[in-house]
Amino acid sequence: MNLDELYQEVILDHYKRPRGAGLREPYEGESHQVNPTCGDEITLRVHVEGDTIADVSYDNVGCSISKASASVMYELINGAKVDDALAKLAEFTELMNSKGQSEGDEESLEDAVAFAGVSKYPMRVKCALLGWKAFQDALVRAEASIPGRTDA
Amino acid sequence: MEAASKLDVEAIRADFPILQRRIGDKPLAYLDSAATSQKPVQVVEAMRRFTDYSNANISRSVHTLGAEATEAYEGARAKVAAFIGAPSPDEVVFTKNSTESINLMAYAFQNAAFDAAADPRFKLGPGDEVVVTEMEHHANLIPWQQLCRRTGATLKWIGITDAGRLDVDTVDEVITERCKVVSFVHVANLLGTVNPTSQITRRAREVGALVGLDASQSVPHIPVDVTELGVDFIAFTGHKMLGPTGIGVLWAKADLLAAMPPFLTGGSMIKTVTMEHTTFADAPAKFEAGTPPIAEAVGLAAAVDYLDKLGMANVRAHEKEFAGYMLDRLETVDGLQIIGPRVPIGRSATVSFTIDGVHPHDVGQILDAEGIAVRVGHHCAKPTCARFGVNATTRASGYLYNTHEEIDRLVEALGQVRKVFG
Ligand SMILES: Cc1ncc(COP(=O)(O)O)c(C=O)c1O
Repeated sequence: MNLDELYQEVILDHYKRPRGAGLREPYEGESHQVNPTCGDEITLRVHVEGDTIADVSYDNVGCSISKASASVMYELINGAKVDDALAKLAEFTELMNSKGQSEGDEESLEDAVAFAGVSKYPMRVKCALLGWKAFQDALVRAEASIPGRTDA
Repeated sequence: MEAASKLDVEAIRADFPILQRRIGDKPLAYLDSAATSQKPVQVVEAMRRFTDYSNANISRSVHTLGAEATEAYEGARAKVAAFIGAPSPDEVVFTKNSTESINLMAYAFQNAAFDAAADPRFKLGPGDEVVVTEMEHHANLIPWQQLCRRTGATLKWIGITDAGRLDVDTVDEVITERCKVVSFVHVANLLGTVNPTSQITRRAREVGALVGLDASQSVPHIPVDVTELGVDFIAFTGHKMLGPTGIGVLWAKADLLAAMPPFLTGGSMIKTVTMEHTTFADAPAKFEAGTPPIAEAVGLAAAVDYLDKLGMANVRAHEKEFAGYMLDRLETVDGLQIIGPRVPIGRSATVSFTIDGVHPHDVGQILDAEGIAVRVGHHCAKPTCARFGVNATTRASGYLYNTHEEIDRLVEALGQVRKVFG
C-alpha cells in the first residue's frame, strides 16, 4: 500500500494548520456528526446571508483525514453561493465514492482532489465525508430557520 | 526471553494458514485477537468434515445423519461445559455470541416483569438496583441500561482508578441491599485489566444479588472454572477463542435457567403447544429457539480441543510473558501513553495506547501499511474512553500465536508514525 498517496502533503498541511477552525456567531444552522466506528466528531455551524454561505465554522476531533477534509471544505465553500457549495458537496461525494477510479477535477475541487486516494480505502471514506455531512445537515437546518427560504 | 512460554509458538503458527499471509509485500503481524481470533486448520477441518459427511438438522429426524448431527451438537455442549468446569452440560446454552447471551439474561428480568408468577429473583422495579462497571464493553452495559429504563430500576457502576483497575474500595458502597444483579467484565477489552472477582461475588452474595461475568476476553485466554469463581452466570463468544463466528455461550446455574423465562420463542424450545398455550422445554432447549448454529458448535468444540491440548495454564503463561514484553517495548516509544495497567500483573496481553498528536485512525493506517493489524477506535467501550479523556485508542492484542518479533515490528512502525505526523 502506498501511504504517500493517502497522506499527501496537502492533507497533512490542512491537518496541522486547519483553516477556519473554531465555532463562531452568528449562525442559523448547526449540526453535530459522529463517526460511530472510530469516535470522530464534528460540530459545524452555517451562517447564510441571502444566497451566500457567509460563514462556516466548526470544532472537531478526529483523524488527519477527517480534520483535513473539514479544513479543505471550509476553503471551498466559505463565501460561496449556496448552490455552488451544494454542487461541490455533490462533486466531492462522487469523488469519495469512486473507489480510486477518479482523480477529481482540480479546477473545481482545488485542494480536495488530494483526497482522491482516500476513495480507495473504504474505512476512511466516512472520515473524509464527516465534515461535508455536517455541512449538508447544518445547511438544511439553516434554511428551515430562515422564513420564506424553503418556498423561495 | 521467551523461556517462560511452554507453548511451541512456531508449531502453533503452522496451524493457522492466515498467519502466512502477506499484506502488500509485508508479512502479516496479526495483533487484533481481542476483536476476533484466527482459526486453526483443526477447527475449519472439523466444520468441513461435519458439513460434508454428517450435516442434518438436530433433534428432529430419526435418520442416521440427524442422529450424528444431534450427537455432534450435544457433544460440543458437553465439551464446552467441561472446559469451563460447569457441573452439567445442561447449564450450557448456545447463542449467537456474547451479546446475545447477555441479552438473554437481561430479558429474563424484563420478561419476568410481565409475569405475576415469575421467580422473585428476576423481579425488578423502581427501587431495585443493577450494578455493572465503568469498564464494560457496550455488550454488557446497554442491555442492563435498557432493562433499567424499562423497569424503573437504577443502574449503578463501579468506577475505574487512574491505573486502570476497578475501584474495589467502593464495592460495598455501590452494591447495596437493593441490588438484584451484578454483571461485570472479567477481562476488560480496552484496558486489558483482569478483574479480581472474589470481593464482588462475596458482596453480591451478602446482599442476595445474582452475579455474573462477561467472560468474552477471559475464557479464550485464562483458565476459567465457573464453580471456583462462584458466579451465577457467564457469557462468552466462540470467535474470540479460535472458534467460528455465529456461536456464543451462556452458562448459568441450573436452578436459574429453570426459573428464567425464555428469551426467543418458537420451534425446538417447547414441550406442548396448542393454539392458546405453550409449555416450554427444559433448559438448555428452552433458550435455543429455532435451528441453532450446528456446524459452528462443531467448530467451537474443535477449538476447545485445541486449547485443551495446549493447556489453558500454558496459554496464560505465554500471554503473561508476552504482555510484559509488549508493555516494556511500547514504553520506549516517544509520546506513547498506555491506557490501562502498565505492569503485566492482573492484566491480559491486550494493550491500548495513544500517541501524542496522532489520531489512532492514522496510527492504524500506517501500521497496516507495514502489515500490522491492530484495532483503532473506541472498542465498544465509550464510557472507558471518556473515563480516560480520549476519543479513541490504538489497541494491540496478543494470543497464543504471537511472537516477540511481531512486537518489535510494531514498535518500529510506531516510530514511523511519528515521522509522518511529527
Ligand atoms: C468484553 C467483551 N464483551 C462482549 C463482547 C461482544 O462479543 P460479541 O460481539 O461476539 O457478542 C466483546 C467483543 O467484542 C468483548 O470484548
